[in-house]
Amino acid sequence: MDILDINIILYSAAFGLMLIGIGGIVISNHLIRIIFGIALLEAGANLLLLLSTYHEGASAPIIVDGSVPAMMADPVPQALVLTAIVIGVGILALALSLAIRVQRAYGTLDMREVRLKLEQEISENAGIEMPSSSHAPAVTTANSAAAQQESGS
Amino acid sequence: MEAVVLVVVIVMLLSAVAVMLFKDFLAALAAMSVVSLGLSFLFVVVRAPDVAMTEAAIGAGLSSLLFALALRRLGLWRSQ
Amino acid sequence: MRRFTAALFLLGLGVMIAAIYQHMDFSNTAVNAGQAINAVAAEETGAANFVTSVVLAYRGIDTLLELTILFTAAMIGGMVLGRRRVDAPRDPDAGFILRTGADLLFPLLLVVGLYIILHGHLTPGGGFQGGVILASAFFLPLLARPGSSINQDVISIVEGLAGATFIIIGLLAMFDGKEFLTPLLDKGELGALISAGTLPILYLAVGIKVGSELAGLLAHLAEAEALD
Repeated sequence: MDILDINIILYSAAFGLMLIGIGGIVISNHLIRIIFGIALLEAGANLLLLLSTYHEGASAPIIVDGSVPAMMADPVPQALVLTAIVIGVGILALALSLAIRVQRAYGTLDMREVRLKLEQEISENAGIEMPSSSHAPAVTTANSAAAQQESGS
Repeated sequence: MEAVVLVVVIVMLLSAVAVMLFKDFLAALAAMSVVSLGLSFLFVVVRAPDVAMTEAAIGAGLSSLLFALALRRLGLWRSQ
Repeated sequence: MRRFTAALFLLGLGVMIAAIYQHMDFSNTAVNAGQAINAVAAEETGAANFVTSVVLAYRGIDTLLELTILFTAAMIGGMVLGRRRVDAPRDPDAGFILRTGADLLFPLLLVVGLYIILHGHLTPGGGFQGGVILASAFFLPLLARPGSSINQDVISIVEGLAGATFIIIGLLAMFDGKEFLTPLLDKGELGALISAGTLPILYLAVGIKVGSELAGLLAHLAEAEALD
């Protein structure tokens, strides 16, 4: 594998962006950081889709001054990515307005706190005791507050 | 040509990591714009000028504006 | 604990991608559909930019559905953000430089956006890119003077008319006995501004629809009440 092969460089860029995006979504707790991760993941996926038909030496699929080049790039994935980018900005706007809404409702953007408040709300409305953790067995009321703090850290 | 692409890819990936690591959201937003600009250069390299134009207009321009407006509404609009 | 599992997951993903690299044949990708389209697109649609022919002629329904998704996202965004209270405080006007710059840039952005839309079938560009520039042109005055507001009713009417134009052109092809969204009218000379039949009109409709939708969305976000 030659490190200066253009295919390897471009594929590394696409996979690197996707890996960083997924990593941000999985590791981060802040909602805005997760939305940044979604945007990075989408950028990497777009690049990967374009690379799937990339040929070195092909020219852009546009006829200039009536002369048709010998080999042109594939216009189908380009059209797909064109629409995907525009859809991406719509999804981004939707996610950001939902984030604004979440902050108005719960006063925080930290997903752990939001999850805790959601569970409290659900258990209050349903009239059942809140579990200390979704995986732990039921504990007595005296222990549950301490267990909550432990699971929240 | 390969060397230029390599440099752009390295800068792009470093700023993608910076998006995730910066504490200041305004700085993360700026790094996000750098990622979009580098990506639009890569789109030119793979012979997709239409897509490069879209990415430059939407990725670097409009979505940064969206993020900036949302950060202002969320009260995260502070340089530290 | 959670971070540890996340790191483990990422490590596994990285190993999987490395394994894909080992067996990847980089230089031998299949472009069958693309080559077939490249061979006939210039004669069939009369557009010099083949991406435009794919977006509007070969995959026109795809573009229509994409516009529907964008419309849904913009609509739900507006719904989620809701209306602001009447007595909510507004931001003060921007400084002298931004106000003057916004006034100066507005006509220029309008011209650039329309140029990019109308030359979409000849050069890189088209409805999506030009529409975004139009949206930023209409949003710029709002950024300079937060007290003023865009009339959302006018935006939704313009948006609806543009969407209806797109669908009606598609239906006209069906009345002509062809399939939905088949390009109509004279193909014209390849590379001339007025050529490629209905494709420039379709791209103009796409541009106006995208522009008005995104401008409305930005205005909604800008009108939402700030917390601090």
